[in-house]
Amino acid sequence: MGYLMNRDTFSKWIESLWQVGEVFGPILMEQKGAFSGTDLTTYGPVKAFDDLIVNSKTYLSPKQYVFPMRETLFHFEDESFKVPDLDTKPIYVFLRACDINGIDRLDTMFLKNGTVVDPYYARRRERMVFLMMECTDKGFDSCFCVSMESNKTDDWDFSFKCEGDSVSVLMNQSNDEKEPQSVGVNFATNALKQISKERDLSEVPSFVKENKITVTLPVLGSINKSMFGHELWQEYTIRCIACGRCNTSCVTCSCFTMQDVKFGEVFGERRRRWASCHVKEYSDMAGGHSFRKKNGERMRFKTLHKIDDFNKRFGKNMCVGCGRCDDVCPEYISFSKAINKLSHIIQENGGDGNEK
Amino acid sequence: MKNNPYAFEAAEILNFYDETGIDRTYELKWETPVTIGQFFEVSVPGIGEAPISISEYKDGILYMTIRRVGRVTDVIFNKTIGQHLHVRGPFGNGFETSRFESSPVSIIAGGTGLAPVRGLVERLSHIAPDSLELLVGFKSPDDMLFRETLKEWENRFKLMVTVDQACEGYTGRMGLVTKFISELGINQPDRQFIVVGPPIMMKFVTLELLKAGIQEEKITMSFERNMSCGIGKCGHCKIDETYVCLEGPVFGYPKAKHLID
Repeated sequence: MGYLMNRDTFSKWIESLWQVGEVFGPILMEQKGAFSGTDLTTYGPVKAFDDLIVNSKTYLSPKQYVFPMRETLFHFEDESFKVPDLDTKPIYVFLRACDINGIDRLDTMFLKNGTVVDPYYARRRERMVFLMMECTDKGFDSCFCVSMESNKTDDWDFSFKCEGDSVSVLMNQSNDEKEPQSVGVNFATNALKQISKERDLSEVPSFVKENKITVTLPVLGSINKSMFGHELWQEYTIRCIACGRCNTSCVTCSCFTMQDVKFGEVFGERRRRWASCHVKEYSDMAGGHSFRKKNGERMRFKTLHKIDDFNKRFGKNMCVGCGRCDDVCPEYISFSKAINKLSHIIQENGGDGNEK
Repeated sequence: MKNNPYAFEAAEILNFYDETGIDRTYELKWETPVTIGQFFEVSVPGIGEAPISISEYKDGILYMTIRRVGRVTDVIFNKTIGQHLHVRGPFGNGFETSRFESSPVSIIAGGTGLAPVRGLVERLSHIAPDSLELLVGFKSPDDMLFRETLKEWENRFKLMVTVDQACEGYTGRMGLVTKFISELGINQPDRQFIVVGPPIMMKFVTLELLKAGIQEEKITMSFERNMSCGIGKCGHCKIDETYVCLEGPVFGYPKAKHLID
């Protein structure tokens, strides 16, 4: 089921969503780019169609809406604590198929790993409504979602694409059968019906079929421990400066560290904040011992987590090929190239990672 | 919020005593059962949280030996009897004690690694004192933990204490624990070995044991990592596809040998 409308009508729809919730998507922040006179595409509030940036990729991912950079877990008053109240309003997010798959990886960690659900994650996650932006052509230059099989998804609520002045919006039929029905989805559906005429758009969303970059993944189980000390990683010891930008821009990086703050003698709070496996202190233990002191070892840890360890544990790769880590690295380290180098070495060595 | 795994409970400090200049054992009131080898997240609200292993649990009292090494432990050391530590847990698997009750056991501990096995030593020393062996190494005589307990243990089962560096007046063993492995019952085919200590110590001890012909299945290790959550979410303790806080911190060597940081 779908709707065809012009940009103004689409803007009215976005406006109506703000009556019940918040709407976020890729926006342009003028003069906020890394270099003088450049702009930054990043996530922010979307009020109208014209706010949306569809022709460039965001610096940060939409994960901040379900897993904020810094989140208060408790407010303290002396020795008593209180969990902060949170809005229950829907969070509408414009995002792409790779990001929806990325949030699925976060779901896996926060909701499924171990025996307990992370309640802070869960209470944001259930508010989210996915407004999927269709990617065109081959995606962006650094994308490799097709290789990571995350170019497609069924887990969208609304999907849209624009052609000229017209915008077509599709509704995911499978939402009709979901129990319980999402308040956010229902409101957005009704709002669409009020402002636009339903058309028989029997089409399904189109997904990118090919990227400029192709990545060859090592066969699962082919990474031998001898790869851990391989000279491949030395390049990253030299080049990586352990700034952690790749982790913060990544939609699937889910690590965090607890942090307590005190305001005066009586009040304080416990937060969690994003942690980065590339940054010093990630593995430090009391007494001074730490693991993976070399930046190349950290690159190895991250790479294998994204394309091997996670898959062994959960049956799917963590990396979704959004390519943001490549976009943001100040040392121009390419993650897709790193994966290809690793695969190449394994193939050369006969597929088992052992040097022959 | 229901079932909040990050919520903590206030545990009353019933007693504490210094083990060394920087290590102190706390006795906390705690009713729910705990398995030796598990750990807790211990915190002071507003200051921070740190993973601490338990050294013993009996009669509703939780024993934790805490080393003063950072911001959180600094504040913990200022606490007095009757005040509280804020804890959540227990986390991790702990030692499968029944496995060690039916065969002779040698425990090799390095430094603070003695703390997480203390309760196990105590238990086994009452079940099978004749076959229990404990080899423990400290940096120096000043770093020795559980001095009084060690003296008592020495009278009841085979205990070897060694120090890396002696000081004046010290007359005991000297050298790394690896030097004394040959004095353990390594020729008994059914003997099990438990190794706990700093990563480098565990590496060389297990190598030495394997060299002595000990089967991998007979070796058990306990890992230490900087867990922030204890429930498999924060990522800090991940090694390959394993989460130390969930599947560990106690691992059999056949699994542990594959865990490379």
